[in-house]
Amino acid sequence: MTKRGSISRARAWGIRVAAVILSLIVCAIVIVVITKQNPIQVYAGIIDGAVGTKRRLWVTIRETIFLLIVAIGLTPAFKMKFWNIGAEGQILMGGAVSAALMIYLGKTLPNSVLLILIFVLSALAGMIWGLIPAYFKATYNTNETLFTLMLNYVAMQIVTFCIVYWENPPGSNTVGVINASNQGGWIPPLFGTYGMCVILVTAVTVFIAIYMKSSKQGYEIAVVGESQNTARYAGINVKKVIIRTMMLSGAICGFAGALIVSGSSHTISTGTAGGRGFTAIIVAWMSQFNPVIMVVVSLFLAFMQQGAIQIASQFGLNENASDIITGIILFFLIGCEFFVNYKVELIGKHKEA
Amino acid sequence: MNTVEEYAIDLSGVTKRFGEVVANDHVDLKLKKGEILSILGENGSGKTTLMNMLSGIYFPDEGTIKINGKEVVIHSPKDAFELGIGMIHQHFKLVNVLTAAENIILGLAGSGRLNMEEVRGKILELTGKYGFELDPDQKIYSMSVSQKQTVEIVKVLYRGADIFILDEPTAVLTPQETDRLFEVLRNMQKAGKSIIIITHKLNEVLAISDRVSVLRKGKYIGTVDTKDATVESLTEMMVGEKVSLDIKRSEPKDPHLRIKMQHVSVRNKEGVVKLNDVSFEAFSGEILGIAGIAGSGQKELVEAIAGLQTLENGDIFYEPPEGKEENLSGKTPDEIRRLDIRLAFVPEDRLGMGLVGSMDLTDNMMLRSYKNGGRFFADRKTPKALAEDVVRKLDVVTPGVGTPVRRLSGGNVQKVLVGREIASSPTVLMVAYPVRGLDINSSYTIYNLLNEQKEEGVAVICVGEDLDVLIDLCDRILVLSGGKLTGIVDARNVTKEEIGMLMIGGKG
Repeated sequence: MTKRGSISRARAWGIRVAAVILSLIVCAIVIVVITKQNPIQVYAGIIDGAVGTKRRLWVTIRETIFLLIVAIGLTPAFKMKFWNIGAEGQILMGGAVSAALMIYLGKTLPNSVLLILIFVLSALAGMIWGLIPAYFKATYNTNETLFTLMLNYVAMQIVTFCIVYWENPPGSNTVGVINASNQGGWIPPLFGTYGMCVILVTAVTVFIAIYMKSSKQGYEIAVVGESQNTARYAGINVKKVIIRTMMLSGAICGFAGALIVSGSSHTISTGTAGGRGFTAIIVAWMSQFNPVIMVVVSLFLAFMQQGAIQIASQFGLNENASDIITGIILFFLIGCEFFVNYKVELIGKHKEA
Repeated sequence: MNTVEEYAIDLSGVTKRFGEVVANDHVDLKLKKGEILSILGENGSGKTTLMNMLSGIYFPDEGTIKINGKEVVIHSPKDAFELGIGMIHQHFKLVNVLTAAENIILGLAGSGRLNMEEVRGKILELTGKYGFELDPDQKIYSMSVSQKQTVEIVKVLYRGADIFILDEPTAVLTPQETDRLFEVLRNMQKAGKSIIIITHKLNEVLAISDRVSVLRKGKYIGTVDTKDATVESLTEMMVGEKVSLDIKRSEPKDPHLRIKMQHVSVRNKEGVVKLNDVSFEAFSGEILGIAGIAGSGQKELVEAIAGLQTLENGDIFYEPPEGKEENLSGKTPDEIRRLDIRLAFVPEDRLGMGLVGSMDLTDNMMLRSYKNGGRFFADRKTPKALAEDVVRKLDVVTPGVGTPVRRLSGGNVQKVLVGREIASSPTVLMVAYPVRGLDINSSYTIYNLLNEQKEEGVAVICVGEDLDVLIDLCDRILVLSGGKLTGIVDARNVTKEEIGMLMIGGKG
């Protein structure tokens, strides 16, 4: 096994496409063995589930953009090699702040003012959730992976507390749909249910793409990520960059929380983030932090997820069947990166050569 | 039959590829029993790859290996040991908290109880026989580099090896320690051991070996008897063309004080004193060399001036050509830059500090200048022009300025780095190990650049490891030993041995 010196782009993508095809074949085998269903029908079910009706299409788009914006939020941090696995918590904090604003101000403030307030304050909440681990990393060099992970649980407990506090109707142990009557603090539809969210996410994506590629701060992030020694040598204040970048990363994730709460669910629960904070890590890595590819990867994952939900009900498989299919595909996709970077040789072969 | 038996190692047609790179291309090499063979070649010529195949770290793609006349397959370092091949790596593989004796028996299969007395006796017998100086009960962490190397050699001897491969054994030694090592190697040779030394120091090749085999760009060039070889002829074999090995040294013109360091002490993160009360001055128009055993505080000294070390004590003053002097102590690189002090620094760790390996030439040029210009957007046009300029002026071999510097060869990486630093028209230029890992031609390009800067009135400070070069290149040489300044000597009237004495702390 040796590391490849370099590999042509076409070949690398060839390997990835081969991985997708292989994974679909393996999925088909699994489906046949476990369920005795015709795999072609199952795949047709997936497509139907993802884009079959207008509503399903919008749901797929919604899931895509939510995944995308979290991945975009993680990008600056990951580019800096700051392993922020706390997006889940940052989303929850943003979502909790949005829900609070909707509950307390939803009946008094005009919707536009309230929405701006929601966006700013939820971003601020996510920012604080990103700032805490960044400060400790920059000052005491604590391990950011554990720190951000633990903060997820803290955020979850805060949300649990809020649910008890805001319970509606009493005894349901949920918050219920907030402001169902006047839709205060709801993001209004535009060209369709989630049009406004699409525009907002696109704006953030474009901004981050430019920020990372052409700005001075983006350059600093890249240098710090590659080598802190080089950064210090070049006169970059490493501490400042770590804190600033994590604030940005956290703010975007917090903003994502606002989009989820005010734009889609109109409620808050511990499941509001729905694992997107983790799935987005896969999105960010698989697209190698390229925002355009991120769109494609998010779309693919959302597509599979929605399709899988459909087949689960259509064929009477339980919910986990969808996870199995997504899992198999991800396994192949992530695994294929190994073959992009390494080539495998068998030692036995050498002797004949 | 007898003619074959005469060779301890007989390689024929050995080839190793890494991707598209051919590290060894049909190499034939023979080591006679009881001889010392030098393998000479520039960095990247495939010396280490070849030896790693003998010690079982790599497996050859093609070719055969015969040990003592028998064709063998070496799959792992264990196989190599069983064949009696022992490798002494450049980077020691010892456990710091254990004693020499414990390290020596580490990993050996034993039976029943461990008899430390017997082990110690056997070690003392070996050291006595070959003339090592080694205390089996000394802990590794309290040893000097040369003592650690001794442990490594005894470890291999203890395991009963009779073919020794030493990878750049003298790189970390003072001249005196090198002599002692050679003494031991000759004793081992007399006892019938066969030895391969990998090196690129020509004088040492001539001093120690019986024959020299030369590799160039992965190819086997030839083998000559050392008695028929000269420094010039070996260089020509290594490089493939005649190279002038003279360094022009001009007299310093109109020297002015630039850097004044006073009583500076520095501790590293672990609290170990790396610089201990060091004071010196550096002048414009001269090259000040800094010599010392590896890790004696050279790195901390230049980094302190560049603003990358926290001083525990002392001051560093910068005397500009015009205007008032500035105290640099306690200032960050950014603060120094904003004072418009043009300090250029080529650090030892080129891709880990001076450059960003994954970024292209343009983005690396930006490291020094990205703060200029507008607030939000970074200016990439000026750095791109600079990158193109450096590529043209210094003959950097690269597919383009958009290539990540990591893909360039060592010499070209260094040209990019030095080119960027010189481009700021510095008043002080500090370089740490500027030619480490470079081929001979690139090395001389760098020496010439340093000389040009000196003639333009720059104060050049050069940390070096090859004393022959320092003596030829510098005007004065400052010697550090364990963080202390042990002397500043005039490079025109000093011998290598005198510097060697200062390096180990003696009075020169």
